[in-house]
Amino acid sequence: MGLMSRTSAVIKAWYSKLLDRSEDPETMLDYSYERQLELLQNVKKGIADVVTAKKRLELQTKKLETELPKLDEQARQALGANREDLARAALERKAFAQQQLQSLDQQIEDLAAQQAKLADSEKRLSAKVEAFRTQKETIKAQYSAAEAQVKIGEAATGIGEEMADTGLAIQRAQDKTEQMQARAAAVDELVDSGTLEDYTSSGTQLDRELAQISAQSQVDADLERLKGELAAGGQQKELEKETK
Amino acid sequence: MIVRILGEGQYRLEGDAVGRLNELDDRAQEALERDDEGELDRYLEEMASLVRRGGERLSDDDLSPSDVIVPPIDMTLAETKSFFSDEGLIPDVSP
Repeated sequence: MGLMSRTSAVIKAWYSKLLDRSEDPETMLDYSYERQLELLQNVKKGIADVVTAKKRLELQTKKLETELPKLDEQARQALGANREDLARAALERKAFAQQQLQSLDQQIEDLAAQQAKLADSEKRLSAKVEAFRTQKETIKAQYSAAEAQVKIGEAATGIGEEMADTGLAIQRAQDKTEQMQARAAAVDELVDSGTLEDYTSSGTQLDRELAQISAQSQVDADLERLKGELAAGGQQKELEKETK
Repeated sequence: MIVRILGEGQYRLEGDAVGRLNELDDRAQEALERDDEGELDRYLEEMASLVRRGGERLSDDDLSPSDVIVPPIDMTLAETKSFFSDEGLIPDVSP
């Protein structure tokens, strides 16, 4: 048996569950139609979930992008203080953040593809559901019970396939979204806990040292500024004396 | 013959293309048995493009059942195996 037969068997097993529920044609038609409407709601929800997940990853991308210049600045300050070890650590974090960014880009692309697939599924399923609704009323009105069974069998199989196809698309999109949510949560933790500080076990110590250097260079800069102001003030007074 | 490509829609396929599709299907099955993901992907992609190129797309509101169904072409080997296993990938969508 080839893959196509096996695929047909899987799809048929799935939708025949829907068909076996009732022997009365009218009940069966209405029941199937209700399930179709439910499934349409599920696709819409599936699309909304993918969009939400994608937005979250986009937000993370922005966050990480703002981290990059900060890490650069930390590395510069560390070098200025002759602490190449710290500068190296800051640059390692930067490289890690850049890796994460690349992977985020890929994930956002994947989710966009899932979103497009689900939108296509929704479009196909809505067209079939609408066709089924029309046909259902025709069958109810025009056929005897025995004839109706045959007609229903055909229509229900056609739409059953589409429903299974849509169900599969929803499931795959959900799986992808869940995987990415888990990874996103991990990156969120890294970003929220400071400048990716859990990246190394010595992260906290490293941050303290980098902060110290940063504070030190701020103090030095302030000192220089004050000295400059004093000197300027002194010169001003000298000038004033001379003019008197 | 009506062919559905899962995730894409249905096509009407006639003539030599049908025989060719069956050949590719056998190769794909063999590739799956060998756990050869690269070959499996290649044959599935070839099947899908044969149907897209040689077939005539059915309208979305056509309720005809398909004679054969081509599995989704973008599944990993693990996904494909799970799809063909007893539980399958397709969830029960009942509320």
